[in-house]
Amino acid sequence: MIPSSQSPSVQSPSANARFALSRRGLMSLTAGFGLTYFAAPALAATAASKRKLAVIVCRGAMDGLSVSPPLSDSNYLALRGPIAIRPDQALRLDADFGLHPKLVGLYALAQAGQARIAPAVAIPQRIRSHFEAQDLLESGGEQLYGVTTGWLNRTLASMTPDRRVRAISIGAQEPLVLRGPAAVDSWSPGGREPGDLARVKATLADLYQSDPVLGAALASGLATEAQAHMMTVGQPIPARDERGFAATAGKFLAEENGPSIAVLSLDGFDTHAGQGAVNGQLATRLTALDNAIAGLREGLGPAWSQTVVIVVTEFGRTAHVNGTGGTDHGTASTLIVAGGALKPGGIVGDWPTLQSAKLFENRDLAPTLDVRQVFKSVLADHLGVDRHALDTTIFPDSASAPPISSLV
Amino acid sequence: MSLPSNNDVAAAIAVSRFGLGARPGELAAAVADPKAWLKAQIDRKGADQPPGLLPTSRDRFQAYLAARVDAQSLKREAAAVAEQEAMTAPSGAMGPMSAPPSPGQDMAAAVPVGQSPLDRLKAERRAVQKPLRDGIANEILARAQLAATTPAPFRERWALFWFNHFTVSTAKAAAAALVGPFEREAIRPHVFGRFENLLYASSIHPAMLMYLDQERSTGPDSVGGMRRNAGLNENLAREIMELHTVGADSGYTQMDVTEFARALTGYSIGVEKDGDALVGRPLYRPQLHEPGVRTVMGRRYADTGQDQARAILADLAASPHTADHIARKLAIHFVADEPPAALVGRLRNAYLDSHGDLAVVATALIDAPEAWSPSPTKFKRPYEFVISSYRLAGAAPADPDHELIQPLTTMGERPMAAPQPNGWSEQAGDWTAPDAIVKRLNWSAAFAAVHAPPDAPLQVADAALGARLSAPTRLAVMRAESRPEAMTLVLMSPEFQRR
Repeated sequence: MIPSSQSPSVQSPSANARFALSRRGLMSLTAGFGLTYFAAPALAATAASKRKLAVIVCRGAMDGLSVSPPLSDSNYLALRGPIAIRPDQALRLDADFGLHPKLVGLYALAQAGQARIAPAVAIPQRIRSHFEAQDLLESGGEQLYGVTTGWLNRTLASMTPDRRVRAISIGAQEPLVLRGPAAVDSWSPGGREPGDLARVKATLADLYQSDPVLGAALASGLATEAQAHMMTVGQPIPARDERGFAATAGKFLAEENGPSIAVLSLDGFDTHAGQGAVNGQLATRLTALDNAIAGLREGLGPAWSQTVVIVVTEFGRTAHVNGTGGTDHGTASTLIVAGGALKPGGIVGDWPTLQSAKLFENRDLAPTLDVRQVFKSVLADHLGVDRHALDTTIFPDSASAPPISSLV
Repeated sequence: MSLPSNNDVAAAIAVSRFGLGARPGELAAAVADPKAWLKAQIDRKGADQPPGLLPTSRDRFQAYLAARVDAQSLKREAAAVAEQEAMTAPSGAMGPMSAPPSPGQDMAAAVPVGQSPLDRLKAERRAVQKPLRDGIANEILARAQLAATTPAPFRERWALFWFNHFTVSTAKAAAAALVGPFEREAIRPHVFGRFENLLYASSIHPAMLMYLDQERSTGPDSVGGMRRNAGLNENLAREIMELHTVGADSGYTQMDVTEFARALTGYSIGVEKDGDALVGRPLYRPQLHEPGVRTVMGRRYADTGQDQARAILADLAASPHTADHIARKLAIHFVADEPPAALVGRLRNAYLDSHGDLAVVATALIDAPEAWSPSPTKFKRPYEFVISSYRLAGAAPADPDHELIQPLTTMGERPMAAPQPNGWSEQAGDWTAPDAIVKRLNWSAAFAAVHAPPDAPLQVADAALGARLSAPTRLAVMRAESRPEAMTLVLMSPEFQRR
């Protein structure tokens, strides 16, 4: 039994907690950044290996209804109340949708025909556990626990020898989407080599000869580290600098004979309480996302014109604001596709509306697009991945979720 | 070199797989009866407390509230300044990065006179945060010193397992100040008691309430809910069911989560007006509790106020799904990423037969033959790797930022800062990316340069790994040109990287 408050006045710490610090810390002091976006001349026949794909996984369930507020949906403002992004606040994409005001860089891309949103996307199963949903998103399975490797790793394995490509994981941990039998590079900032370790490295290569993991990992890691050292020499990247972090990823992709695929993760999107609207917890994370996309663009340089970026999350959040100024685990969310290789166009997929009869289980935005359909269309049309492999091995039993047309 | 005896092998397994890596002399202490050595570490009173006088959740909650008030006013001021600067700055100028300081990060740099108002405000903000940050660093240092020096390393591993099971994290700023007190107050005292008590202590601790947003959850039809138009937050209810007890595959529905969330309303944290003794302590507020009978996983719970959620917690703790979930997690943590079914079954039965007595479960783990397979399948997590390195060297960390927080962040496991409520991964695949191995190598070389003991390197390797030291590693150590080189090779050897 814990003490029970007998105070007649109804005031909980919520009164204080309303001003709680955002998940990411105290504040964002971003004063905005300038970048000029240009439409690159279309390259008629880019070799498949020159085509680049970056995937940003936003962990914690990013709230699509704030990323791309449905401005013309008559139920939106009432459902969202204080956390709604109002039409006068949103960056307007078209008559129906806007972008969150912190996504200024992404908005500039959209204006240039280099970014589009898919506003109602979901994984194939209706799951509200972050961790199971991330597993499904990244494994590419039809069912939970069906597949233990990642769909991007199986993509690497599926490429014919003439178009074989490599992938790199950016960050201290390798995400499931890249895990599997195909070797994958990885890089994260920090921890420079203290002195000359040439002898130690040679001895370890011997010691690791029969090790199932360590030998290949060390060799690949040292090669990547050497390259990173050349690319970033004189400018160490702080661990929390999303823009610098992503720019390094972009540089890896842009290197001659560099990897074709990069994966980054951003976390902190689980906005159960005090989500905020134009400013606040989610806005801070969206600034980080915008910085990450700008960083990729910066690092890729001219290779941006041959790049597709996918921003995806495990599921969306409840249509209705909850009792604590936040949102709980939902179903469909917004997926973003960007990049110079994108075909210009409007929103991707249908809008199911927020009418209560249309909500999934009377609480969540319902999906109109299976996330695998977007992944498949980018892999097929951009990287030239075989359609049969997409339907069977990369996304097992997924023939019923066909690629969509006209993305790339 | 004589062939190792069965006890030599068992002792080498006991100190690494169950413990935190041998300190000098530890293998000798364990070798007579490795199982008995482990069982003697099970203590009904709970795990040890880290050394030194550390603040309570009450102290830390007050510090958090004070910093928050200052931070808010600074934030408003900074926003005004930023707006002004944006208006006067040349267009296209690059703004400073938005990444906020994170706990433990060394941000205490003084700002030279003559810097911009924005820089001055950022420095003030860091100053406001400093006591909170230092507090977290102190906690991290104290528990690492305990882990590096304890003669009862199994007891500490067992506590670390439960802290990760009931993750609260400094990754969420609102909970950051309370993470250390949470481990000391809610976890350590209960890790060899009944699971139900551990679950209850964790679920009502202010750190957990802040971390999973329960402190704001209000019954919509409660007195307070109707007056303030406030409502439910289901985060804690869901994570207790999914992560702490029955597991996501146990068949509960969204309605079960919502019903449990309703029952949990009222669990809150004392603030000043509740009286000095209750500040930062668990406090039940009946006026925020959603009235009514609740149904969770097919059972009905009468509206008994704070006892309603407690009854649900008790039933969750007693569920065979919880026994399965915990047995499997323990087997994965201690023995193998894909643990033998027989081992999971043993732990499950021990849990159910003893009504969740964790001392009995710990004994069953030690007695399980599957736990003593000579080939190690577990890859050490960065924290385990760093702690075992200090133990090998007979040393302990002294500087939290440079010896723990920075290197462990680089290796991917920032202490007390798991990125998500499911805690740190137990799967080797999450820790063996190429870059992660390079980070371990660089850290090992830097550590060895400072901490290589004066003894003969082979003697150090033998004292740390015993019968687990392989012939190739032995040869490499003998051929090394210097003590630091030899020690780097031991730390990076396949057998030291695993347990």
